[in-house]
Amino acid sequence: MRIAILGFGSVGQGIARALLAKDLDIIVTGLADSRSGIINPTGIDLAAALARKEEGGPCGDVNISPADVVARADYDLLVEVTPTNVDDGEPALGHIQKALMRRKHVVTSNKGPIALAYPELRDLAAANGVFLRYEATVCGAIPLIHAMQEGIAGNTISRLYGIFNGTCNYILTRMAEDSLTYEQALAEARELGYAEADPTYDVEGIDAGIKLVILANTVLDMQATLKDVERTGITLLTPEALRLAEDQDCTIRLIGEIVPAAGVLRVSPRLIAKTHSLVVEGTLNAVTVETDLAGDLTFIGKGAGSTETASAIIGDLLYIRDRHVQSS
Amino acid sequence: MKLEMRDQPGQLVAALQPISAVGGNIIAVIHQRETPATTEALDVQIVLELPEGRLARLLEMFRAQGVNVVRIGEERLLYECTLIVIGHLMHTDLSDTVDQIDRTGSAEVTELSLAMPAINAPSSARIIIRSTTREEMKKALRILRGVAEQKNLLVIEPLEEA
Repeated sequence: MRIAILGFGSVGQGIARALLAKDLDIIVTGLADSRSGIINPTGIDLAAALARKEEGGPCGDVNISPADVVARADYDLLVEVTPTNVDDGEPALGHIQKALMRRKHVVTSNKGPIALAYPELRDLAAANGVFLRYEATVCGAIPLIHAMQEGIAGNTISRLYGIFNGTCNYILTRMAEDSLTYEQALAEARELGYAEADPTYDVEGIDAGIKLVILANTVLDMQATLKDVERTGITLLTPEALRLAEDQDCTIRLIGEIVPAAGVLRVSPRLIAKTHSLVVEGTLNAVTVETDLAGDLTFIGKGAGSTETASAIIGDLLYIRDRHVQSS
Repeated sequence: MKLEMRDQPGQLVAALQPISAVGGNIIAVIHQRETPATTEALDVQIVLELPEGRLARLLEMFRAQGVNVVRIGEERLLYECTLIVIGHLMHTDLSDTVDQIDRTGSAEVTELSLAMPAINAPSSARIIIRSTTREEMKKALRILRGVAEQKNLLVIEPLEEA
């Protein structure tokens, strides 16, 4: 199978390293970062591209744009792993549409287009007889979407809730463990690369909210936008609040929750028993799905990271290859 | 709840049967034999838990069995919810916040632990609300959310319902 990769940051490089390390019979014929691109129908030298990135340079030719790669490269499947834009999903949204219209399958980790335009993209993919998969958009390495679409297909989901943001979970873990203030725990998270310079997206619950919207729209048959998510972040939490929780053998975690029948989507700090299966440490994610046939299922795993997100992307790639790509 | 019934064989069983029929849970049965022999009545005290709204039906069934209920004890507050509230709790009149819940009559704040780290810094409180019914608890939480919004307080609710 021939693929083109759009985005050569942490996730894109993780995919390249995994492809180099494993013999998956996948050839990369197009590659682009924000500044440059490469098109090579016989296969791009990924090791050389990684080396160029490591030296701080562009991955390819500055005269080739991401749009050129989408429009001109010879591939069966587009891997779109550029950073998320929650306002209009661009430029990723346009690239995905263009690839689908070229009858190319698409696999993405980009939350923007899926949260904002899933029904349109799904219909566009169907109309062109190709597949669109997005496992990596929610909870990194945890195959939550796959499990819900395939593994527990036929179940009715009464409630879904859990920890969808590793940055917040790290901050709250540190506040509880060592009585750090919110500011101290955030500074530490930044130092370790768990939080962005502008942490708003994580700590105000926007990232968790977008993931709820994606799950609601793609696997729970709801029609939601970020505005429908009742959202409270963790910025006002105090060490004393965590201590008061601790006195009762509880702790506080930022919980995303969907109750489909009641139309509830909510992200907020919640009191939770320390022995609860969702109380995971550090940057882990954990999600419980309450179903009628399967009972309660809890998924725990790494919600971010280069290799972990690449795992979800590669899972989608092989899913599509094994079912739908005839020639490679 | 204290029950009085005729002292005839099988009466105690007849009195207990309706409790399970309405889905109640018997916590204790206190059987007092030393009542004056001159009366034919037998005193039995039963402590029980009942699902909401089943008391009237239970009393009806007792009447049909010839069981006479002497006295119905106090209903205990069965539902409990622990929350944490963060913000300028004293400046925004904490006793008024508590009072607004207590004023409902069927839910009340039964415990409050307060931490005030510094003057002008937001304080944190853990409060426990108890209520007789789930509906009353929901109502109390709605009131608390409303007050919190007005007073700019952050309410941290439990993940699981009371």
